[in-house]
Amino acid sequence: MSFSWTRVEAIFRKELRDYRRNRFVIFTMSALPLLFIVLTMIQLFAINTGSSAKLNDRIGISMLYLLIIPTMVPSALTAYSVVGEREQGTLEAVLITPVRSEEFLVGKALAAFTPTVLIAYALFGLFLGAAELFAHPGVLSAIFERSHVLVQLLFTPLLAGWSIWMGIAISARSTDVRAAQQLAVFASLPPLGVVALLSFDVIPASVALALGLAAALLVLDGFGWRAVAAIFDRERLITGSRD
Amino acid sequence: MTPAHGREPIPPGADVSRPDAALVVDHLTKRFGQRAAYEDVSFEVGYGEVFGFLGPNGAGKTTMVRTLGTLLAPTSGSAVVAGIPLDLEAGSHIRARISIMPESPGLYLRLTVAENLECFAGLYELTDIRERIAKGLQAVNLTDRANDLCGSLSKGLRQRVALARALLNDPAVLFLDEPTSGLDPVATRDVHELIAALRDQGVTIFLTTHRLEEAERLCHRVAILNTTLLLIGRPDELRERLFTRGLDVRTRVPLADPGAVFDRLADVQGWDQSASGSYVLQVTDPDATAPRVARALVAVDADILSLVETRHSLEDVYLELVEDDVEAQRR
Repeated sequence: MSFSWTRVEAIFRKELRDYRRNRFVIFTMSALPLLFIVLTMIQLFAINTGSSAKLNDRIGISMLYLLIIPTMVPSALTAYSVVGEREQGTLEAVLITPVRSEEFLVGKALAAFTPTVLIAYALFGLFLGAAELFAHPGVLSAIFERSHVLVQLLFTPLLAGWSIWMGIAISARSTDVRAAQQLAVFASLPPLGVVALLSFDVIPASVALALGLAAALLVLDGFGWRAVAAIFDRERLITGSRD
Repeated sequence: MTPAHGREPIPPGADVSRPDAALVVDHLTKRFGQRAAYEDVSFEVGYGEVFGFLGPNGAGKTTMVRTLGTLLAPTSGSAVVAGIPLDLEAGSHIRARISIMPESPGLYLRLTVAENLECFAGLYELTDIRERIAKGLQAVNLTDRANDLCGSLSKGLRQRVALARALLNDPAVLFLDEPTSGLDPVATRDVHELIAALRDQGVTIFLTTHRLEEAERLCHRVAILNTTLLLIGRPDELRERLFTRGLDVRTRVPLADPGAVFDRLADVQGWDQSASGSYVLQVTDPDATAPRVARALVAVDADILSLVETRHSLEDVYLELVEDDVEAQRR
């Protein structure tokens, strides 16, 4: 039986409906972005154009805060995705349908990816709007002069993809939701570290470097679903066996 | 619901040996490490048959369902499920043709009944989703609860939703794993009535249970499993195979000399006094012997309170087999 987007859609729609009615998810999707957009705005309004290096550092911190959103939000959601279903007894009911592991995982991943990227881009738009309207006139041009916009646009979905696959992988191998969520947050951080080095100019930022790193993340994300599907062991998930 | 594959329903007690079996299990074994969940199990289930799979907790019933549902790979042996050889590669195809209702309903509690069914209809890639959901809900009498959140339903109602979900794809074989586990008597009766209705519509059902009255009431044939398959057949066949036939006699006053009454009857192979004024006679043909016993009792002026054929329930069969098996394992 070939890969079915109908089954992916069924999982995707179910997940979004479940998110909408889950207070923990609503909190995760609203509180974390709210926190980081507030921090970003504080940085934005504290910026003056006195020193070019300082200006760039401030903008770098603001951008980093914005990139924490696509990193942290999906890891909290996807860490729950498999082990949570197992705990609430719904996993077996799904796995006894014709759904293939890959379809189940892609449906879960898209359901975490879509709202995360929408929220992250919306907040970036808000940030740019606030910079245009309220920040020092030199700030907006500094944001557009360097590769900040490109980094945001490229790395938001790529970091989200990395976090999602790490979260699902950890969830598929965990026996406890809380442990899975803690591990998933840690596992989502390494690529953010690289982006941080770029944002602070520790690694000199350039379009070529940003594109290279983005390509590397894209490859990792592309293989992510296959790697996670390979460790998605139906028998172990159903029986709890560690064999 | 229409009968699966348009087959005619089989009346309870009918001969169900059919060449086109819905399930063929051949020397199937599943081990978890050194522990055998079930071992060397073989049986067949015909289309339209309700097949009871009985056994104590831990006997391997659920593991068998999960194996036939392609969730677990067998350690050895083979099987054909709904016409498709059991193989992990064929897992998706097999799962598309069958349905399993697990012991736990496994519903998304924050979704409504209709939303739950819609999700599963999508997983089965059904095209006429609304119609299927309506039919499923109608089959379990839950049409008016379609928009209720599953989390607000009682355990019995959730079980009915799970049954509606299992019927969505009009399965060639419907596996029901302990469908009344944990339900109160009213909810149990409701589920029994639903299963009986499905049976009457010709749906092939593989029912695991340790409720013997449930199996006796609903199943054409039963198999008794305790890691290995102990016995298989129609409930009345199993009774005949395991127990000699007999007559229960009760008199108002104990007989002064019961031996003088019963030993003279050629048809009575033996007798036993079970309580004061109660006797159990071993006979080959209760219908023929009962009038002779009655005449012999009247001849000695005994006041007969009752004279009936001994009825062994499926529970007697089960206990006889499983207790013997447990004792054999202890030895």
